[in-house]
Amino acid sequence: MAVEKTFQEINERIKRGRAVVVTAEELVTMVKEKGVTRVTSEVDVVTTGTFSPMCSSGAFLSLGHTKPRMKMHKVWLNDVPAYTGIAAVDAFIGATEVPEDDPLNSVYPGEFRYGGGHVIHDLVSHKTVHLKATGYGTDCYPRKEIETEITIDDINEAILFNPRNAYQNYNCAVNLSTRTIYTYMGMLKANLGNAHYSTSGQLSPLLKDPTFKTIGVGTRIFLGGGIGYVVWNGTQHFPGVNLDDSGNNFGHAGGTLSVMGDLKQMNPRWLAGTSMLGYGATLTVGIGIPIPLLNEEVCRFAAAGDDELYAPIVDYGDAYPNFNPSNLGYVSYGELKSGKIKVNGKEVPTAPMSSYPRAKEIARTLKQWIQKGDFLLGEPVQLLPNADAGINANTLKG
Amino acid sequence: MSSKKVVLRFAADITDQPIIYKLVKDYDLIINILKADINPQKEGTLVMELTGDNTEQGIEYLRQLGVGVQSLTEEIIQNEEKCVSCGACTDICPTGALYMERPDMVVRFNSDRCVVCRLCVKACPMKAMEVRF
Ligand code: SF4
Ligand code: SF4
Repeated sequence: MAVEKTFQEINERIKRGRAVVVTAEELVTMVKEKGVTRVTSEVDVVTTGTFSPMCSSGAFLSLGHTKPRMKMHKVWLNDVPAYTGIAAVDAFIGATEVPEDDPLNSVYPGEFRYGGGHVIHDLVSHKTVHLKATGYGTDCYPRKEIETEITIDDINEAILFNPRNAYQNYNCAVNLSTRTIYTYMGMLKANLGNAHYSTSGQLSPLLKDPTFKTIGVGTRIFLGGGIGYVVWNGTQHFPGVNLDDSGNNFGHAGGTLSVMGDLKQMNPRWLAGTSMLGYGATLTVGIGIPIPLLNEEVCRFAAAGDDELYAPIVDYGDAYPNFNPSNLGYVSYGELKSGKIKVNGKEVPTAPMSSYPRAKEIARTLKQWIQKGDFLLGEPVQLLPNADAGINANTLKG
Repeated sequence: MSSKKVVLRFAADITDQPIIYKLVKDYDLIINILKADINPQKEGTLVMELTGDNTEQGIEYLRQLGVGVQSLTEEIIQNEEKCVSCGACTDICPTGALYMERPDMVVRFNSDRCVVCRLCVKACPMKAMEVRF
């Protein structure tokens, strides 16, 4: 009879230090050698990892009350504005926010040397951060301004809350135009001068559970070097299947995650302030998700290797910015990782935006945590919608 | 003992000061003047090589005097603490000085091949490529 395991059974084995845990990279080879059936019965958990720039990240900070009390109306952290329209001393620092006097792209391409992602990195590094706040004064909150230094240890709460992380799959970005362009996919040279891609392929969390059979609300994860949770689907969660013009299936894409965790127990190695030339500031986030091998189907998906996973090639010179369809085909992660691909008959050098060695380190770390019995699987209270849900993206009119 | 080639620029009002003498006597530096263009009425330029244990202190003394000091041989270094091996620089670098070691996908830097074009300094999202003077 085919193997069926439950989260509870696997957690029991983890507690007893008996769980068999492998990284997604290891699983790919194991399944090639032994086959799905044997591996499903032998292995309990597969660990994944990704370390990439991830916009839609940020942190809720509960700063603590001042004496006399103050209702903060505007807040700046190292000159980067934080949103404080939440409560008197609560603020949200978003990864892509930049100082008000940043030259942006007026000196093109802008450097974006410091932004919200860097503030989060400084906080998690326990560095001192300059806090400035102003208020309008109320009877119960009379104080109108404060300037002080804080560290993450001084404030009451610091909660990383990233509304959209861990894109399931992503474009392979090229530039068909005749000038160099600066994008969130890096610097793309004119006339198909290079190609950038940005997932960790066979280690990438949502490519390994593409139909959301195990990941959902409550999944416990490696987040920023500490422990975090999947709290919802991410924004722009449009799970679907990539098809080419002839209807050939190039795998799942479009899923995203909303994740959350206590920033105070995270580590600056896994939350790095990032400056995308000509684009903006952001945060590079380390995420690792354990996938329990509940049955053969889960195992088969998790065992997909770089040669079986594909990214769509998209032109960022014209098609992407103008929201037009791009028809340059698909390329496997195996080809992307080889260093060159063929696009429109031309050989194009490739480079990733996402660190494969760091993704591997995350998968290995998570594997060790589980093996030691320190990290139990969180059974989702609700799975995330998958391609069957038929969610479509709306676009803004106007 | 380190040696450094620097370009010094100074305003007319300090051209009469015994700068070289001070560098030799107070900072124990060996000075090799490669090029000099000094005129008491206008800005002067000196290109020289400083050798000794106190090159940094000597340069600091010059800066405090208001002398502009610029390194002649800038070099690019990869700050290994900051580099995350994302790879984004490897197809930007025109000489292959930054390259990916396969199959591990670790990014390495071969400074011998670097021509100090600074493209990576701008393009690196982690600001891990630094100019050293
Ligand atoms: S772009 Fe920067 S961080 Fe990425 S590999 Fe190159 S030097 Fe390292
Ligand atoms: S300065 Fe230019 S040549 Fe040197 S490593 Fe950077 S990109 Fe390559």
